[in-house]
Amino acid sequence: MNMFAAACAALFVAMLLILIRSFMGPTLYDRVLAVNAFGTLTVLLIGTMGFLTGRPDFLDIALLYALINFIGTIAALKFFRYRSLGKAAPKGAARQEDA
Amino acid sequence: MIGILVQGASWLSLGIGAAFILIGALGIIRLPDFWSRIHAAGIIDTAGVGFITLGLMLQAGFTLITLKLLLIAVFIFITGPTATHAIANAAFAARLRPFALAGDESGTFDSGKKKS
Repeated sequence: MNMFAAACAALFVAMLLILIRSFMGPTLYDRVLAVNAFGTLTVLLIGTMGFLTGRPDFLDIALLYALINFIGTIAALKFFRYRSLGKAAPKGAARQEDA
Repeated sequence: MIGILVQGASWLSLGIGAAFILIGALGIIRLPDFWSRIHAAGIIDTAGVGFITLGLMLQAGFTLITLKLLLIAVFIFITGPTATHAIANAAFAARLRPFALAGDESGTFDSGKKKS
């Protein structure tokens, strides 16, 4: 039971550091990377907190959060690249950069 | 006896996972470049998530909770590197370059004389 508290403390410290990077990141992609890592740590924190309180029923929420985190990261990247989420990419907008 | 072994393995795994996560967070906040911070994020996405979920799985035993934890671990193990690759691709398309390639628009090392 004590180890869950230690893991939760480590997760809190790591989330605090990553939050600092997401606020002071010099470029946009630093912020997106930090927010993605923050979401991953949130999934782990939900699971570990469930075990710490003796009710590991929150894992469904953690799984849902993992799904939404991935979709959100891809959506944010697409929005900042094309400045639009709904429309298709403008013709020849970013074709030359794709490998 | 087996219970003590499983508890010890679970605690060791949780400790290793917490250490990896702290190392990854320190790397994200301390490394000098965006392209080097990606490596620290990769540590969190693979080693940290793997060890923490392994420790929680050893605590849960053979139940439905273990299946959910395995599902979370497999999903993050697939989507974490995919998201990191998408971020790196977007940053590369936005003309962000590492230190060694600063000023080189083509982004390849063998494209001729390096401008300083």
